[in-house]
Amino acid sequence: MLWTSVILSMREIRRHLMRSILTVLGLVIGVFAVVTMVTLGDAASRSVQSQISSLGSNLLTVLPAQSAGRGGGGQLAQPFKIEDVDAIRGQIGGVTDVAPQVQTTVTAIRNAANWSVTVNGTTDEYFKGQGWALATGRLFTPPEEQAGKSVCIIGDTVKTNLYADVDDPVGTTLRLGAVSCEVIGLLTKRGQSGIGGDQDNTVVMPYRAVQRRFTGNRNVQFIMVAVDPRFDSGPIQDSISKLMRERRNIRAGKNDDFSILDTKQISTALGNVTGTLTAAVAGIAAISLLVGGIGIMNIMLVSVTERTREIGIRLAIGAVAREVLLQFLVEAVVLSAMGGAIGLVLAFVACVLLAIPLKFQFVFEPQINLMAFAISALIGVVFGYFPARRAASLDPIDALRHE
Amino acid sequence: MADSSKEPLISLRGVTKRYGEGTAAFQALKGIDLDIMAGDFVAVMGPSGSGKSTVMNILGCLDTPTTGSFLFKGVRVEGLDRDQRSLLRRRYLGFVFQGFNLLARTTALENVELPLVYRGENSKTRHDMAMAALTKVGLAEWHDHTPAELSGGQQQRVAIARAIVTHPDVLLADEPTGNLDSERSVEIMELLTELNQVSGITVLMVTHEAEMASFARTVVRFKDGLVEDIETGRQLRAELT
Repeated sequence: MLWTSVILSMREIRRHLMRSILTVLGLVIGVFAVVTMVTLGDAASRSVQSQISSLGSNLLTVLPAQSAGRGGGGQLAQPFKIEDVDAIRGQIGGVTDVAPQVQTTVTAIRNAANWSVTVNGTTDEYFKGQGWALATGRLFTPPEEQAGKSVCIIGDTVKTNLYADVDDPVGTTLRLGAVSCEVIGLLTKRGQSGIGGDQDNTVVMPYRAVQRRFTGNRNVQFIMVAVDPRFDSGPIQDSISKLMRERRNIRAGKNDDFSILDTKQISTALGNVTGTLTAAVAGIAAISLLVGGIGIMNIMLVSVTERTREIGIRLAIGAVAREVLLQFLVEAVVLSAMGGAIGLVLAFVACVLLAIPLKFQFVFEPQINLMAFAISALIGVVFGYFPARRAASLDPIDALRHE
Repeated sequence: MADSSKEPLISLRGVTKRYGEGTAAFQALKGIDLDIMAGDFVAVMGPSGSGKSTVMNILGCLDTPTTGSFLFKGVRVEGLDRDQRSLLRRRYLGFVFQGFNLLARTTALENVELPLVYRGENSKTRHDMAMAALTKVGLAEWHDHTPAELSGGQQQRVAIARAIVTHPDVLLADEPTGNLDSERSVEIMELLTELNQVSGITVLMVTHEAEMASFARTVVRFKDGLVEDIETGRQLRAELT
């Protein structure tokens, strides 16, 4: 009986091709919108995640808190010293690399070109912890670090902007404001960080060199701690916190005057934000799917009225009400399934094409495709059922007389 | 018990039909007793409002009597529900209507196949049986034409083919020549007569034209919801000439 109904409804759909196309259009657009939005949203989330993880996995950053200063403007709490770095390295287990960071922004000058860069004063452990390799050249030597020698390792963006004419900048001299330094290495390209800023627009020097020549004090702005991947960062974060409270003489009950950022936490938080955005956009798209469903119901209702005499004929020649109901229902389901399928194909094509200009990697997501298709089929069943029930309940005599 | 072949195929006893309730109620049938033997060709005649269409709807199992009994092949029909009556129509009855009532945009063959679809026949059987029925009404070569491409007489022939494709016991025709000119009408009546005589199908036909009724073997006249008179087709023909 089901097969009979499928045959009959396929014939009906073919006979009223234009009407059928218009009917499914709503669902095509609905399914297309939902699937495209969710796929693009997920791709955006993933790209944010990967940019965050490019900051280094399992990295903790310890930085002084901005105290809620009296009379407005927040004052930075007491800065760290290099002894704090040594203390973490010496007393906290489960950390692989600990590096001080002293940052400032200067204008780098080479020949006639100048370019604003971030100067980052640190140690070799910084590169290890970040998992950031050199393209050419070498790292700092311990004597260079100890003495704060004016040597530097430059990022890819700096090379692009100041060394367009040179293949290998190693061995050249770069002027940073009033300071000149010898370029000893070039970092590999890392790309945009998820939280803004070009990570490659950097010049890395021994921290002592930056302290002496740029900041003019012995402060360490923040401390990078790389956690051994075999350990959970939570307890390590706690012990760093305890250690710092001790070293900074914070009495029990007082708040920390520093904070510890976990890149994992940042990544989760950003992932949540993009996830929420995706859900919101998908919600709007889902409304169009619903409207498409109402379109199907509308057409089916009109169709019942239009086809009253036909229903009468079918009943008169021996169709049971059930069969008429099934025929209309199957018709609605077949139409919405076709609409869903076409929507999926269009969404696939659109995502593949959009992946190129939007620079993300297209990943086929079976769940959302399956879900959108199931919803469109369900809409067909639900919105097809009521008109079908009306069709089946018609009195054959009245239906036959209907003009 | 008498020989079963002498049992009437259809037997109505005290059948009444009332439409509506209270003061608006309309008594369409006021107590009909009627026996129809298998193989008969019955014409039901009468003016509008005489109850002839109502009795046809009841005989066609499209409607149920308000009171009274209706035996079809010895089975009480008045107690059957909607679906059971549908199955009865599917199995034993064929319908021809005044307005042809073919499915639009559907070929003659598909129209004729329709009752077979509901009987669950496979596509080969459907095609063969439908072509046989179309051949019987002389329209085999028109099988792929839609109703819009056929004349009125041809459309009615397709409708007859659809009615007989299931080899029904009874063919019910409601004003089958109502929309046709007299020449086409005679052709249709000759076809019905042939189906009755050659294929042995019992034909029940409603008409208001005495000329068409005269093709029947038995003519039943209705007036004001009652059977007024029963005569033979031969008698009617004699009256006409």
